[in-house]
Amino acid sequence: MAVETFRTPMLVTAEEAERHAPGLERIWETPPGLWGWLTSVDHKSIGKRYLVTSIIFLILGGLEAAVMRLQLAQPGMHLLSPEAYAQLFTMHGVTMIFLYAFPVLSGFSNYLWPLLLGSRDMAFPRLNAFSYWMFLLAGIAMYVSFLTGRAPDNGWFNYVPYASRGFDPGVNIDAYALGMILLGVSTTVGAINFIVTLIRLRAPGMSLNRIPIIIWGTLTASLANLFAVPAVTLAFVLLWFDRSWGTHFFDSTGGGQPLLWQHLFWMFGHPWVYAIVLPAMGIVSDGLPVFCRRPLVGYSLVALATVSTMVLGFGVWVHHMFATGLPVTSLSFFSSASMVIVLPSAVAVFAWIATIWTGRPRFTTAFLFFAGFVLLFVIGGVSGFMTAAVPADWQLTHTYFVVAHLHYVIIGINVFAVVGGVYMWFPKMTGRFMNETLGKWSFWVMFIGFNIGFFPMHIVGLQGMPRRIYTYPADVGWGTMNLIITHGAYIFAVGVLLFLVNMVVSRIGGKRAGANPWGGGTLEWSVSSPPPPYNFKLIPIVARRHPLWEEELGEGQDRSSTNTRGFLLNHGRETLGTTMLDAEPDVILKMPEDSVMPLLLSLALTAFTTGLLLKLWLLFGIGGGVALLAGIAWLWPQRSLSQIER
Amino acid sequence: MDASVLPENPLPVGSKSHHASGWWGMLTIVATEASLFAYLLFSYYYTAAHATNPWPTGGAPDFTLSIPGTIILLAGSFVMAWGEHGIRKGQNGRLAAGLIISILLALLFLAIQFWEWFHKPFALDYDAYSSLYFVITGFHMAHVAVGVIMLAVVLLWTCLGMFDSKRHSAVSIAVIYWHFVTVVWLFVFFTFYISPRLA
Repeated sequence: MAVETFRTPMLVTAEEAERHAPGLERIWETPPGLWGWLTSVDHKSIGKRYLVTSIIFLILGGLEAAVMRLQLAQPGMHLLSPEAYAQLFTMHGVTMIFLYAFPVLSGFSNYLWPLLLGSRDMAFPRLNAFSYWMFLLAGIAMYVSFLTGRAPDNGWFNYVPYASRGFDPGVNIDAYALGMILLGVSTTVGAINFIVTLIRLRAPGMSLNRIPIIIWGTLTASLANLFAVPAVTLAFVLLWFDRSWGTHFFDSTGGGQPLLWQHLFWMFGHPWVYAIVLPAMGIVSDGLPVFCRRPLVGYSLVALATVSTMVLGFGVWVHHMFATGLPVTSLSFFSSASMVIVLPSAVAVFAWIATIWTGRPRFTTAFLFFAGFVLLFVIGGVSGFMTAAVPADWQLTHTYFVVAHLHYVIIGINVFAVVGGVYMWFPKMTGRFMNETLGKWSFWVMFIGFNIGFFPMHIVGLQGMPRRIYTYPADVGWGTMNLIITHGAYIFAVGVLLFLVNMVVSRIGGKRAGANPWGGGTLEWSVSSPPPPYNFKLIPIVARRHPLWEEELGEGQDRSSTNTRGFLLNHGRETLGTTMLDAEPDVILKMPEDSVMPLLLSLALTAFTTGLLLKLWLLFGIGGGVALLAGIAWLWPQRSLSQIER
Repeated sequence: MDASVLPENPLPVGSKSHHASGWWGMLTIVATEASLFAYLLFSYYYTAAHATNPWPTGGAPDFTLSIPGTIILLAGSFVMAWGEHGIRKGQNGRLAAGLIISILLALLFLAIQFWEWFHKPFALDYDAYSSLYFVITGFHMAHVAVGVIMLAVVLLWTCLGMFDSKRHSAVSIAVIYWHFVTVVWLFVFFTFYISPRLA
């Protein structure tokens, strides 16, 4: 059978497309049942899985924190042993930073990208499924050492020499290394998918100056991950060599450099901090305009601020190492770089404030979370600016002041944006609204509880309370503040619980939502809620930044075409590839069918890596062999994907 | 509606050279792998700069085998480029020849590397330098081995007649990786064999 080599995509009207809808449904739908679930490559299913899995990790990390806060509520408590406390604060950090904060944003991005861009899926749908499975397996790997009686217990940044075999001989640190290597694979292939999707899969007419800010955020985070993740993967591989093969990378007795670990970790770690906030800032930049009834103020400036934050973010890692005795020149450079990075953040803050100020806000739950986010961002930003100054940092490092700062940043900029984002896109994902009354309760309880819980940490930090201590004596006078902190933390937890309950209740019996329940202006609101498996019957044609707001904004003559006329591509799974800058139609892309290879490859790679790390050579061999075969089967050229012509 | 976005000519369907998403995907893989080697070499220079003992352990390594090895790897890249140009003209045989010769040259390179490994006066766990030497060259050898597997699979597909002058993205994508493995060796070679002589 000859393979089609060229075709002019059919431009049809909505009525004609309606006749083709059942055919498209058949082409794109995933069969129900377990097999369909295991093999689906639909970005919407994968996005929802990412969201649900990372929220489960959020709950686990929250429970760990809740136990720690009980232990610290009063001086001299003995609810936990020092060893148990060390495992809890380590796993709390690992869980929140690696298994919640970034994957939850991957969930939003995976779900939203093709819908925002006017495409039918991501550039590499099977790779997308693979990325999810690797994330899940990485999470399991990090948690599984609880079963051996000892989880990772050296803090999430895992400094040597404490992490060396001599001081921490168990399998726990190796399990952490395994999890981080697997997660690195997941993050990297995810990043590749976002980058190539942006380059190739935007709807015709969606030039780079018309993409939503969340796309800028995730794109920037993905580019950063491409360059940053190898540093941490390498750090953990070298640590494994030191622990298992007696090498001397971090071991000063053999001429190794313990500080090399800190450099490699933070060269990754600081860009990662921006990777877990920039897409969340994108959620707010796209969410506020919907509820303020106007486009974002300063779109170009915010997009530029997003990119420049990340560029600067590669030059500030040493501010995590100010107290390690580095030369003054180095400290001065990294201190000033850390202060300069305030500028792009301030640009974004003023853009959000101006959007609210000049808009007509509707005080929905989502709006409250986005507005609360702006306030918490400012507080977290100011405490970050303080610690960017070397003398202040020498006083504050390793105290609760830093704990306060990082929670204002991560809960303020990540969790508040994420919860607001769930309230905003829940109707799109499920076809049902979340309950607004319960929603407002969840916001105020979370917001008040968070500030009662975390603001006093600044004060006990200034009073000198070190982080990571499992208890403290009564006569240092931190008892009252810690009791307040614990109460605040529990109020915050109740707020999160209200949010979770709201999700479950609304999923079952929430009010029905139409295609565009909030009156949004971007493409995801032009399709039904929840969207059909193929997303768009017609590939839309975009003429403006807000295709659904063109009448209201009265911008010029050109009009986008959504649901009126567009390209019908229905010779199998297909979507339109466009050029990088101007998004002109360039190629008809053939998209893969559902496949079990992503799951098989991720299991095999996990077996391979586990075998290598624990020196289980049989497992290593089988895993490697299966991974090789699965990889070859995955990539085998197929006529249905037009990879073979004759 | 903005008429400028409507295609005037028929569009190509499916994977073709730079139209293949995989081609872009491989470029991003090269970017992340290049970063990995950048961090490896950073670790080397960082440790070297802070070394208190004589560096490198046992003096700068010998050129006797490393220069021939470098030439062999470079030659493999050129032969592969020649083979890839063949399939652009529909010459399956030339592609197959390019693949086979490149694979053999790569295996020869690996043999030379192993020879060097086993004739070092120190083992992996001797000191920081030995750790860096074996792990960094080992990382590179692992990349050569992956490249050999990729070329072997492409050779299998070539023999099955899956490629022609118009559709051969799998070849182009594997070749990008192959050139990357060669280029990154030049950095590793400079670091271990030339930089100690400059100090």
